[in-house]
Amino acid sequence: MIAIEYYLVLGAALFAVGVYGVLVRRNAVLILMSIELMLQAVNINLLAFSTYLIPRGETERHLGFIFGIFVITIAAAEVGLALGIVLRIYRNRSSVNVDELNRMKW
Amino acid sequence: MTTVLVFFFILAAMTMIGAIGTVTARNVVHAALFLILSLLAVAGLFVLLLAEFLAIVQVLIYGGAITILLLFALMLTRARETAIRLDNNQRVIAFLATGAIFAALTVIFLLSEWPDPIQDPQRPGFTGIADVLFQQWAIPFEVASLVLLIALIGAIVISRPGPEE
Repeated sequence: MIAIEYYLVLGAALFAVGVYGVLVRRNAVLILMSIELMLQAVNINLLAFSTYLIPRGETERHLGFIFGIFVITIAAAEVGLALGIVLRIYRNRSSVNVDELNRMKW
Repeated sequence: MTTVLVFFFILAAMTMIGAIGTVTARNVVHAALFLILSLLAVAGLFVLLLAEFLAIVQVLIYGGAITILLLFALMLTRARETAIRLDNNQRVIAFLATGAIFAALTVIFLLSEWPDPIQDPQRPGFTGIADVLFQQWAIPFEVASLVLLIALIGAIVISRPGPEE
């Protein structure tokens, strides 16, 4: 087994790239893609901890693995719902540029 | 030992190329294709982490369903025709901020004292996953399926044309 730090640093890099995408992109669908990258980074970290660290008891043995399954499930629900919202915004405003969606901005 | 390291670096490089391509591509469809590359490489990393079930789920749900959904959204919002410039003008400050996040996380990870890794990590097989998921985590699993159902209904209700349209 290679050291756990490799996976953790890769997760940090992937998360940082996702944050960059969320900050600079203007298209709402591209922002959703960046959020998917951040979720992947979290999943890598969860699985690395789950594989490498000694569990404290029987109940914690597969905790990170189960968390990964739930992260993927919730990500699927999130993408479906978010794309529904994006399509509704496009129908109402004829644009998915988040810089123009400033109606709720004070 | 070294074979795992070589595979790790190949998969990590593919992941990062895909991720950077996703956030920098000038064409929205290219961004989606880079995302597929990144997600499949992460599935390979899951295999290295002894989670082959999650790798299969990753390829099926992310590589198949979610990216197709994103491509459909790009098509329906006519992203290729309407978007003149995909990035806003906060690139420099965003780069500095994400660099700070990465540097802080990396320093924390490298300076932390990790306990010694398990010498022979055990992972449940497919039947073991079923045992854990449907006995110990049965209620969260059912709640997750309820969340999926609500998201499904919500997506239909939100994107359905209203009576005035």
